[in-house]
Amino acid sequence: MTTNDAKLTKKDFTSDREVRWCPGCGDYAILATVQTLLADAGARPESTVFVSGIGCSSRFPYYMDTYGIHSIHGRAPAVATGLAIARPDLDVWVITGDGDGLSIGGNHLMHALRRNVNLNILLFNNEIYGLTKGQYSPTSPLGSKHKSTPMGSLDRPINPVSLALGVEATYVARSIDTDRQHLTEAISGAYEHRGASFVEIYQNCNVFNDGAFMALKAPDQKEHNQIRLRQGEPITFGPDNEHAVVAEPDGSMSFMDTQEAGDRVVVHDANREEPTTAFALSRLSHNPTGPTPIGIFRDVDRPVYDDLLREQVQEAVDTKGEGQLTDLLSSGNVWDVDD
Amino acid sequence: MLVSGTMATRTTVRLSNAVVRFAGDSGDGMQLAGDQFTTQSAMAGNDLATLPDFPAEIRAPAGTLAGVSSFQLHFSDQDIHTPGDAPDVLVAMNPAALMKHLESLKPGGTLIVNSDAFSGRNLTKAGYESNPLEDDALTDYQVHEVQITTLTLRALEGHIERGELNKKEAERCKNMLALGLVSWMFSRPIAETESWLQTKFAKKPDVADANITALRAGRNYGETTEAFVFTYEVKPAKLPPGRYRNITGNQAVAYGLIAASVRSGLPLFYGSYPITPASDILHELAKQKHFDVSTFQAEDEIAAIGSVIGAAFGGSLAVTASSGPGIALKTEAMGLALVMELPLIVVNVQRGGPSTGLPTKTEQSDLLQILHGRNGEAPIPVVAASSPSDGFDATIEAARIALTYRTPVVLLSDGYLANSAEPWNLPDVDSLPDLTEVFAFTTEPNGPDGEFLPFLRDPETLARPWALPGTAGLEHRIGGLEKEADTGHISYEAGNHHAQTLLRHERVQRIADDLPPLEVEDPSGDAQILLVGWGSTEGPIRAACHEVRQKGIPVARIHLRHLSPLPNDLDELLKAYPQVLCPENNMGQLAMHLRARTLVDVQTYDRVTGQPFSSSELVEAIEALVTEVPA
Repeated sequence: MTTNDAKLTKKDFTSDREVRWCPGCGDYAILATVQTLLADAGARPESTVFVSGIGCSSRFPYYMDTYGIHSIHGRAPAVATGLAIARPDLDVWVITGDGDGLSIGGNHLMHALRRNVNLNILLFNNEIYGLTKGQYSPTSPLGSKHKSTPMGSLDRPINPVSLALGVEATYVARSIDTDRQHLTEAISGAYEHRGASFVEIYQNCNVFNDGAFMALKAPDQKEHNQIRLRQGEPITFGPDNEHAVVAEPDGSMSFMDTQEAGDRVVVHDANREEPTTAFALSRLSHNPTGPTPIGIFRDVDRPVYDDLLREQVQEAVDTKGEGQLTDLLSSGNVWDVDD
Repeated sequence: MLVSGTMATRTTVRLSNAVVRFAGDSGDGMQLAGDQFTTQSAMAGNDLATLPDFPAEIRAPAGTLAGVSSFQLHFSDQDIHTPGDAPDVLVAMNPAALMKHLESLKPGGTLIVNSDAFSGRNLTKAGYESNPLEDDALTDYQVHEVQITTLTLRALEGHIERGELNKKEAERCKNMLALGLVSWMFSRPIAETESWLQTKFAKKPDVADANITALRAGRNYGETTEAFVFTYEVKPAKLPPGRYRNITGNQAVAYGLIAASVRSGLPLFYGSYPITPASDILHELAKQKHFDVSTFQAEDEIAAIGSVIGAAFGGSLAVTASSGPGIALKTEAMGLALVMELPLIVVNVQRGGPSTGLPTKTEQSDLLQILHGRNGEAPIPVVAASSPSDGFDATIEAARIALTYRTPVVLLSDGYLANSAEPWNLPDVDSLPDLTEVFAFTTEPNGPDGEFLPFLRDPETLARPWALPGTAGLEHRIGGLEKEADTGHISYEAGNHHAQTLLRHERVQRIADDLPPLEVEDPSGDAQILLVGWGSTEGPIRAACHEVRQKGIPVARIHLRHLSPLPNDLDELLKAYPQVLCPENNMGQLAMHLRARTLVDVQTYDRVTGQPFSSSELVEAIEALVTEVPA
């Protein structure tokens, strides 16, 4: 049992269950990162709850020595919302994937984000259905050939960061499973943020979709393709920062030679109230096969749904006094019948 | 019928009971008029039962049959149980209302029609080829043609002239004129309605004044015109002593939830998605936040129950409500709640189905859905409310079971109970069950080695520990996958699954050990026929039994509050009677269930009209059965 004073370690967040993801799965790296950062951030296992849906990523709670709910397909944000409303004292995390969070549970994800419920939502995006053994997912690139789409998928993929920004999520970040430091920053930011935070994590499924994120991970490619968003800094990328992101007159963004761009280079500001610029940034890539922004797209303060809900309850108590059952039952027209 | 007094020109007739139905267009304010007449009757001390009946469309095309909205009130100086079969008085605000409701008016009954509305297009829209006020269609009734619209406008001439409201707004007060007239007919004071109007339109004093003026004009019209020879009076009913109020089923469920929250010391969390006819529970609870009530209007039905599972895990008294279509969406999550063994309540306010069905009409056809409609072997306790006010007690019972056994519980209500009102003898709050006694949060490890075993069960109830997040040392993970005994760890082992399945059944079955014996109503003690009912049919069944007993036929009756598990003494009881009849607003769902469980040849009496069934039809069914009883 832990006490409030003890300095915790990764071990304190690690359950005794054998981890059963496929060897080489990107989920291992994410698990280790989360266990470590929670210990470092001073989180308490007893005050931490991981809620998941269905899918490979959704086994995550079993491996955390915290409270946890392995719920049903797509519904984790809804379950977590109820818990967050009932218990302001808890850190509530949602672990989901591209199928769970964007397909069957797309509705709940959207509403948890727009309400700004105090949740940390980590979406493991591997662009494939893993647990059902390899069908295309809502983030698979157009034309993906998998078991259910032998002639190529026909539907345009969702850009998860665009979706989150579209519903005005207050904290939106993207990171990569194996980039420990970057991932720690993105998730730590989510942990610190009050309100709904959303982190898309590119996660490699080495069994059904190996190499989907090579453009951002391979040593010879990543420098060319990772557009690292740093607060207050001009957005440039490439081995010598030779490429820059510039705004176009139609509101979109494009790439330009840094020299040529001059002071047209967009300076990153995640704290901008308006999500428009962040949204335009998210449109720079649709599947990470070329230059792709990673980092914190948006981080703004806005009233939190569950805080507001509890404030209304308190306000009702303050104005009406604590409810008295006898008064409630006999409200309205009453009459007495005598013996 | 007793003549109790005579005035110069008219007679006041004392009635034991009366059924009045207001019918008009959806926009005519019939529900409001009915509600107010109900309040007047309650304040006069009558026992009463109401039946609101309105279309699913908010404003169906004016003047059409589809747009007819009605409100029926049965009031009496006796103890009554149904809103009445056929009205004694029908108020028809337009031809469509007359077309739709005339058939049910008692022969010789009183008909008040708004003659202003009986013109060309309105008649055609209602399907009349000739004006029923002019041909001989109404000769069987005591017809009062009243120019309700004209009288209303005339009464409000001054208001219109002063620019306080326009003609259209003035016309809208005609329901109050009709109400004023009916109030006068039944010797009802209208002061209560006047003060209600003042409160309702507190921010629009002109509108309040216009409505009150119309109300008084209606009363005065009755008093001054000589068209009405009789007025009526229904004396107060001899109800058991106590303090009373009127309450609808939805209100009773909402109050029951608050009471369960207060009596358990748990904050109430209510997550739901709006659906007819359950939404009023959400509306009521949203007004009562000062009882530490959190209401969450979710994005859909699944999110609603999802949020409730989360809140239950966090230690709230967690509740969701819906109707059949929404329950269908919640079924997967109900299965999750049952394997996670979390206490929560799912209210199903049933309506006509299948699919969208009859959103505003009543039915009991979700029973098998609730008993069996989940994947896997998924037993959930089910309790049913039997009258509007019984919604309060049934809700507290659902909470008791949920908290004691750590399980989701379904509470069945229906569209009729939801919207109907009856007088409720208010309970003494201190006499309500103390729900703090039935559960305790686990705060210490319970395992032999100082570990926490989230599925180590209470040997008696088989309930598992309820350990809340925030409790150090009891961290645990639970979910939908099959669990190993005690530890709750994932287990796909064959023998374990079989054992856990049996255990989950046994856990529900043990609830029956704790139930009081069934109450059999068999006054003569020699009945050969047993009627078994559940839910909102109690009123009609009770009334029908009373009637056939008056005719010298002994019948016995039981009414089931618990549908899963069934009471332990039910089997023996059913087998004690040569004939068992099960009247239901469905195609025989409880009968099927009882046959399967007891092998008793339960006979069915089914009506699926979207209306509560009439006790007179049921009387005929019982009588038919009697002829089959072997001598």
